[in-house]
Amino acid sequence: MELRRIEESIFKALMILSLVIVVGSLLAVIGIILWKGLPVLDIDMLTKTAQGGYYLGKGGGILNAIIGSLYLTFGGTVLAFFLSIGIAFYLQKEYSGGTRLSNITRLSLDILWGTPSIVYGAFGFTVLMYFHMRASLLAGIIVLALLELPIMTRAMEEVIKTVPIELKEVSYSLGATRLETTLRVVSKQALPGLMTGVLIAFGRGIGDAASILFTAGYTDRIPTSLFDATASLPLAIFFQLGTPLPQVQQKAYASAVILLLVILAISITTRILSKKYTKYIIK
Amino acid sequence: MNIRRLKDNISSRLMLAATVFACLLFFLMLIGLYSRASPILSAVPITDLLFSSVWEPSDGKFGFLPFIMGTLWVTGLATIIAVPISLLSSIYLSEYAGERLRNAVKPLIDLLAGIPSVVYGLWGVLAVVPFIKNYLAPVLGVETIGGYGILAGGIVLSIMVFPIIISVTGEVLRSVSQDLREVSLSLGSTKWQTIKHVVLRKARPGIFAAIVLGFSRAFGETMAVLMVVGNVPKVPSSVFDPAYPLPALIANTFGEMMSIPLYDSAILLAALMLLFVVLIFNIIARMVLIKIERSVI
Repeated sequence: MELRRIEESIFKALMILSLVIVVGSLLAVIGIILWKGLPVLDIDMLTKTAQGGYYLGKGGGILNAIIGSLYLTFGGTVLAFFLSIGIAFYLQKEYSGGTRLSNITRLSLDILWGTPSIVYGAFGFTVLMYFHMRASLLAGIIVLALLELPIMTRAMEEVIKTVPIELKEVSYSLGATRLETTLRVVSKQALPGLMTGVLIAFGRGIGDAASILFTAGYTDRIPTSLFDATASLPLAIFFQLGTPLPQVQQKAYASAVILLLVILAISITTRILSKKYTKYIIK
Repeated sequence: MNIRRLKDNISSRLMLAATVFACLLFFLMLIGLYSRASPILSAVPITDLLFSSVWEPSDGKFGFLPFIMGTLWVTGLATIIAVPISLLSSIYLSEYAGERLRNAVKPLIDLLAGIPSVVYGLWGVLAVVPFIKNYLAPVLGVETIGGYGILAGGIVLSIMVFPIIISVTGEVLRSVSQDLREVSLSLGSTKWQTIKHVVLRKARPGIFAAIVLGFSRAFGETMAVLMVVGNVPKVPSSVFDPAYPLPALIANTFGEMMSIPLYDSAILLAALMLLFVVLIFNIIARMVLIKIERSVI
């Protein structure tokens, strides 16, 4: 065999090996978390809040963290949605003119997307200190919204960009305004993509711990107002793992299973949604 | 003015406001962190902050060197592990793999990107740390603190940056025109020769950008690293040493920093450093990618 063919086979083998490592590490992460977590997951974990002495191995569950995470992430995603959809619509040519502002916005969003979540947390914390406020559900929601904003906007903008210009032109030729065209033509055509964007951002939000560490706080109770401190799933995992007791650490494994299942569900829903709604799209 | 035009007008102004807010958000963060970090910048010379390795906040000594070096070690190791694996996978997916394999792998890579960092951290504690403690360290005859350290952090982190390097590289490879490949193949070169001499040469700046983005993602990663890296504020000298990266410092110190003067300022300076480094890396990478995008169209 020629030398160059041997070289090709070696590299091909290395490439396949690399791909196996990538996919294998995903399976290893999911597999080990499920293997360690599923046996210790029980119904109390899901239905009870942390009782007194929970971190010393007494009874209770992490309902406070589950509900807290849902409050935080729903709030953050809704807030991020209104900002993102506006920005994504504005980046269309008929609004921004495809000018310098849209390029600057895209670059800003990319930089924000690359900004570590701990920096969002630290920034949120400085704002809280400035107003002499304590960590609360509201602060957590705002920080998560900012964290989700670049991901959601970029995802939405990508799909809005793919809406055929002819569709819009038809709408404009019938005398529709930009808003009417955007709401009735563009958003319908882009709907699966928009939903995907929202879901991806939701997934990022619900899994993030570093940004809400300073801003949402942690508590064993379910929050009753926007100004209460709020527990969250990722921080529940982190704190439970940080205790010295093995039986509490096991609850961290179970909590990780819950979080992982949420992420898997989001990922699968995203796939189904985009398949299901793609059929209403004019190609 | 009729009501439809009015609606159009108002909505367009609201959207403009949201857009301007997104542009300003980064500067708000920069200003917010800087205003809080400035007390320590004026109290301690910048050279002391960056190059001193004495970290005793209660004595007013804030040397960031151990944390900066810790960050560089962990991030560097993660990049060294992740780059060859990600690049080879990405080349395989875009040049060799069929449509079906590509479609099957893409959701998996998206999922890899979607797994929360605490879950990666927990996986590190459950799998990587015991592996280093029970197998790797005894075989190599090195001392670790229970398996926690830079190696564990680097391994966990490398998996977390696979998706970003793979997906950006994939896009870059796809932007290399098919004609170039065909010319090379028609001259009798093998597929690998074409990839090596034509595709990769053409894609080099983009691959560089992908690596920079991966590095900068790893640079700021907090929770996963914090959980496996050992958190000892000493300048590390090998991959088996523990380290204490900047993001871990920020996350761990929260809560206890109120009572000591300048402590909160020091922590927010650490956040400012992260923001600054990530800003520079991102701008470099994005500029390269924007240039590529323009040259394609």
